[in-house]
Amino acid sequence: MSETASLADQAETETADLAIATTALTKRFGHQLAVNGIDLAVPRGSVFGFLGPNGSGKTTTIRVLLGLASATSGTARVLGHDVPSGLRDALPRVGALIEGPAFYPFLSGADNLRRLDSADARADPGTRDARTARALERVGLTHAARKKARAYSLGMKQRLGIAAALLTPRDLLVLDEPTNGLDPQGTREVRSLIRAVAGEGTTVFVSSHLLAEVEQICTHAAVMHVGSLVAQGSLDELRGSGERVVRMLTPDGDRAVAELARLGLGAAEADAAAAAARRAGPGEVTLEAALPDDGPAAEDLVAALVTAGVRVRGFDVARPSLEERFVALTGEGFDVAR
Amino acid sequence: MPADAVAVRARTHGGALLASELRVLFRRWRTWAMLAALASIPVLMAVVVRLSSEPPGPGEGPPFLDQVTNNGMFVAVTALVVTTPLFLPLTVAVVSGDTIAGEASLGTLRYLLVAPAGRVRLLLVKYLSAVVFCLAASGTVLLVGWAIGVALFGAGEATLLSGDTIGVGDAVLRSLLVGAHVSICMLGLAAVGLFISTLTDAGVGAMAAVAVLTIVAQVLGQLDQLAWLHPWLFTHHWLAFADLLREPVVWTSFTQNALLQAAYVAFFGALAYGRFSTKDVLS
Repeated sequence: MSETASLADQAETETADLAIATTALTKRFGHQLAVNGIDLAVPRGSVFGFLGPNGSGKTTTIRVLLGLASATSGTARVLGHDVPSGLRDALPRVGALIEGPAFYPFLSGADNLRRLDSADARADPGTRDARTARALERVGLTHAARKKARAYSLGMKQRLGIAAALLTPRDLLVLDEPTNGLDPQGTREVRSLIRAVAGEGTTVFVSSHLLAEVEQICTHAAVMHVGSLVAQGSLDELRGSGERVVRMLTPDGDRAVAELARLGLGAAEADAAAAAARRAGPGEVTLEAALPDDGPAAEDLVAALVTAGVRVRGFDVARPSLEERFVALTGEGFDVAR
Repeated sequence: MPADAVAVRARTHGGALLASELRVLFRRWRTWAMLAALASIPVLMAVVVRLSSEPPGPGEGPPFLDQVTNNGMFVAVTALVVTTPLFLPLTVAVVSGDTIAGEASLGTLRYLLVAPAGRVRLLLVKYLSAVVFCLAASGTVLLVGWAIGVALFGAGEATLLSGDTIGVGDAVLRSLLVGAHVSICMLGLAAVGLFISTLTDAGVGAMAAVAVLTIVAQVLGQLDQLAWLHPWLFTHHWLAFADLLREPVVWTSFTQNALLQAAYVAFFGALAYGRFSTKDVLS
């Protein structure tokens, strides 16, 4: 009895520590399964990269989390509130940029922000102008505050969208592809903005189809592939979850393969392109073999190889990079999925 | 601390969205263009009558045109009657058809909803703003009609349909009554427009659909074979203003119309709610 209660308490504490938690969340459009039973766990205070190729279900997931679309099955909680019944209390604490910014072209940038702010019944009209000015300043648009939104460039619109998400202090910031349409300088600015916001204790949930754009700022990440969640965790966990790989350079390919096989490693000659990239000299081959975590130590491998008469000219044990890991998880890599 | 900031913001400011909605409506060039076009009707009518050599005889032209030279205020009544079948409903179709679909096509609907505006609240605010536009539209025709009429013809005595003669004060009252009737006539249409607007993400499509419905309803209203249907058409009482210009006023069609429009508002408001409260917003 008491054990059940404490287990329930523990589960409760665990969800309380999550800014976003979903269980078996599924969204179906007709016959198409856009989101397929995902279990997201976004810790509070994290900068969470939500990665996946275009069309892998990231935006649909975000729409369901924010109550724009209803889930076909499964549950979701945002900032501890049930979706969608508790969203009225959660959303004032959530800033969002969803599938690109959108504005009234005939209103100025500042008026667009005021308009969105007045839609939130809990936002204080007394501080509206000050908060609008502050949000514009944060994204560097103070000079364009009175300009009509139709005259904004794509990058300015993107920044105005982020300003709208920062109108009031937020506990959670959901940014869907925030660097779309930005030049490298703009991308850097968005990254430093995200760092600053995260530094204030706000959880940032940022989706992207470009790993490189978010890898430097994320503490956690999840990878979507054709509607399913194929991996999630802290960046270290994600890096660590890949199998180690032995790469070696030798002129005695056949003998090395045989010796590695004797030691329990199935080696194979790396493909021609990879070999060329490793600058294998004439008569040399590059071998790759997966090294199980309970496999022999690297120095024992080298000793055994040398004893067996293999001339070892290069030897390396490495975990795959995040990029390689994500390409492996999503199959065809970060291109369009469907 | 972000979490504490929320507690401070516990007080709600629900009226801000309606104020913002009205600002957006009346900041649009389109809204003013429509009101200006409506205002041109009484001006055109008054100027043409003023410039013609003979005043219009009884029964000539639009209703009450013959009264215009006696009391300029009847320019307002005549202009309302002329704009009610097509011009006025067209502008209401534009505004009401655009309510939700316009936000969807701009993409701003998703941002209003995650603000969070609340779906029911947003629907209510959108309908109220359409109602304000209906009042502004008929009010524009009325005020401009008064102004141009009095300027060109002065305000004298006028003869009602019952043959009674009324003074200036009564003329103001009667034309206000006609204005109120015409405004109420547009309320059902605005509710139909709101519902249609929840069905699509294309604002222009919704506007066109509402405008077409207005025409269809009036065509159906002219087919005697459908006499059983006529009392249920939202256009049925649109031109039933004559009773308001008798002495004493006959209220039957005014109240019947008000009830019919209220029924349309309730029915299509419920449909709009049913549709919008569960709709997946994917725009």
